[in-house]
Amino acid sequence: MGILVVAEHNNASLNGATLNAIAAAAAIGGDIDVLVAGKGCGAVAEAAAKVAGVAKVLVADDAAYEYQLGETVGDLVAELGKGYSHILAAASTTGKDFLPRTAAILDVNMISEITAVVSADTFARPIYAGNAIATVQSSDAIKVITVRTTGFDPVAAEGGSAAVESVSAVADKGISAFAGEELAKSDRPELAGAEIVISGGRGMQNGENFEMLYKVADKLGAAVGASRAAVDAGFVPNDMQVGQTGKIVAPNLYVAVGISGAIQHLAGMKDSKVIVAINKDEEAPIFSVADYGLVADLFEAVPELDSKL
Amino acid sequence: MKVLVAVKRVIDYNVKVRVKADNTDVDLTNVKMAMNPFCEIAVEEAVRLKEKGVATEIVVVSIGPKVAQEQIRTALALGADRGILIETEEKLESLTVAKALKAVVDKEEPQLVILGKQSIDNDNNQTGQMLGALTGLPQGTFASEVAVDGEKVNVTREIDGGLRTVALSLPAIVTTDLRLNEPRYASLPNIMKAKRKPLEVVAPGDLGVEIKSTQTLVKVEAPAERSAGITVSSVDELVEKLKTEAKVL
Ligand SMILES: Cc1cc2nc3c(=O)[nH]c(=O)nc-3n(C[C@H](O)[C@H](O)[C@H](O)COP(=O)(O)OP(=O)(O)OC[C@H]3O[C@@H](n4cnc5c(N)ncnc54)[C@H](O)[C@@H]3O)c2cc1C
Ligand SMILES: Nc1ncnc2c1ncn2[C@@H]1O[C@H](COP(=O)(O)O)[C@@H](O)[C@H]1O
Repeated sequence: MGILVVAEHNNASLNGATLNAIAAAAAIGGDIDVLVAGKGCGAVAEAAAKVAGVAKVLVADDAAYEYQLGETVGDLVAELGKGYSHILAAASTTGKDFLPRTAAILDVNMISEITAVVSADTFARPIYAGNAIATVQSSDAIKVITVRTTGFDPVAAEGGSAAVESVSAVADKGISAFAGEELAKSDRPELAGAEIVISGGRGMQNGENFEMLYKVADKLGAAVGASRAAVDAGFVPNDMQVGQTGKIVAPNLYVAVGISGAIQHLAGMKDSKVIVAINKDEEAPIFSVADYGLVADLFEAVPELDSKL
Repeated sequence: MKVLVAVKRVIDYNVKVRVKADNTDVDLTNVKMAMNPFCEIAVEEAVRLKEKGVATEIVVVSIGPKVAQEQIRTALALGADRGILIETEEKLESLTVAKALKAVVDKEEPQLVILGKQSIDNDNNQTGQMLGALTGLPQGTFASEVAVDGEKVNVTREIDGGLRTVALSLPAIVTTDLRLNEPRYASLPNIMKAKRKPLEVVAPGDLGVEIKSTQTLVKVEAPAERSAGITVSSVDELVEKLKTEAKVL
């Protein structure tokens, strides 16, 4: 009985989060197969076959999987997953969408966002916005798991030579369809994989002021994030939100600018290696997790930082 | 159309929870409890659909202890028409909750079921999708916009890369994200009125639901504490420390 890891991709390239999920599978131990479900996703399958430690790549190339709909992918993964001891996917908005569906079809519970593997049936995961870490043991016949990427170092993208095998699609029930999308376009690194993240909060006052952060980010090769307050106020789009209910990041350096440090925000960034906080309120809770705190007006500190880099 | 909303009683989001000294669980004694914030958004969305004339009846359901009636009453005060409590004092896992909700869906036959995307206690983000699988209904998860259009509902979803819209045939399941709406507060007259709205209490067995557990909580620990850092007095000092001490620049 092996482990099935469902690849994260956009039909053209393999998303790095898959490498973290495979690392979690390797920590569990056993043969690792990777499923690539998509449309015209041959290049993704080839990339998956090269990943270190992968035994076999299953490819379901069908129009039903082009947009990774939870209904169709959930059905497919349940059908293929029957023969495995574990089914894993990255805890992305895609994995979170289809995998609980798969679990329910298989009549098993699911374990969300694991950050560590204790043994083949026991896993650690944060609960209560990261204010507690639960160790959970599952007695389900098939363990269905999403993997928080920050908990596992990625396996090498090269070095493997897995066999690639086509699998047939499961009938699409036709109850849902893709109807459009608005994807953020940015030349900056993705929040999830960035070495440096610089985030702005309500203190930024408006979207234009985020330009200050973009300038610093471009000098540092950093990604730019935001608090929920900044997103809610419309300063920046939702895909930039860091926190309990946004993205979870753990870069080498996290710079929080004009962010107070609510527990829901901390949940998304407090595992960063080094945290810097710039805030004019010396009582702001963000300083309790910051390695370096600068009590200053951001409108002076950020341009100065920009000029000194 | 009839809308079913699932609401959960959880710790208030402002409370910083503590782990019990014996590491068996978190300590919830005397902690303020409330409706899960994502469920408040679900109730609000249903009420807005009713105000627009799209929804005709809003039924709220919760699975949990007797005191979860408080959260159902809150939903009734916000505009829901009637409530159902599936009462149990037992610890619940998502699959059981989804099965209980499926039993209610079978009985009530709503056109739309709205849930929160995530409980802020267990941070699971599972129940709506599981209900989708059990009922065979389509799902619009992490919704930031819901537009009912005849026999279909268009749901705009917050995804990692931005926004994506899916068209679902009705009946359908929606799970709410934070930006779907901003929930209102209940007015005093509405709180009074809610006391007279119907609230049915049933046992899981009445719905043919068995409470099963497949997960054991081995232990619960506090996360690694970050040691308090230092305050720097200038941008120069900050850059210097990041270069020479932290070595991240
Ligand atoms: C269910 C739920 C989920 C949530 N999920 C998330 C989440 O995922 N992520 C998230 O971030 N939040 C989340 N929140 C919201 C969270 O509780 C806070 O409201 C939010 O993080 C606050 O954002 P902020 O720090 O930018 O704003 P505020 O708390 O308003 O802080 C602004 C800060 O800017 C500082 N400031 C203002 N002007 C200046 C200046 N000129 N120079 C320097 N500093 C300045 C102020 O001193 C203040 O500390 C969630 C809330 C709920 C209920
Ligand atoms: N015990 C419960 N009673 C009613 N609804 C629930 C319960 N548990 C979960 N839900 C619903 O499912 C959503 C997601 O919860 P979860 O899957 O636990 O993160 C919640 O926001 C509720 O809408």
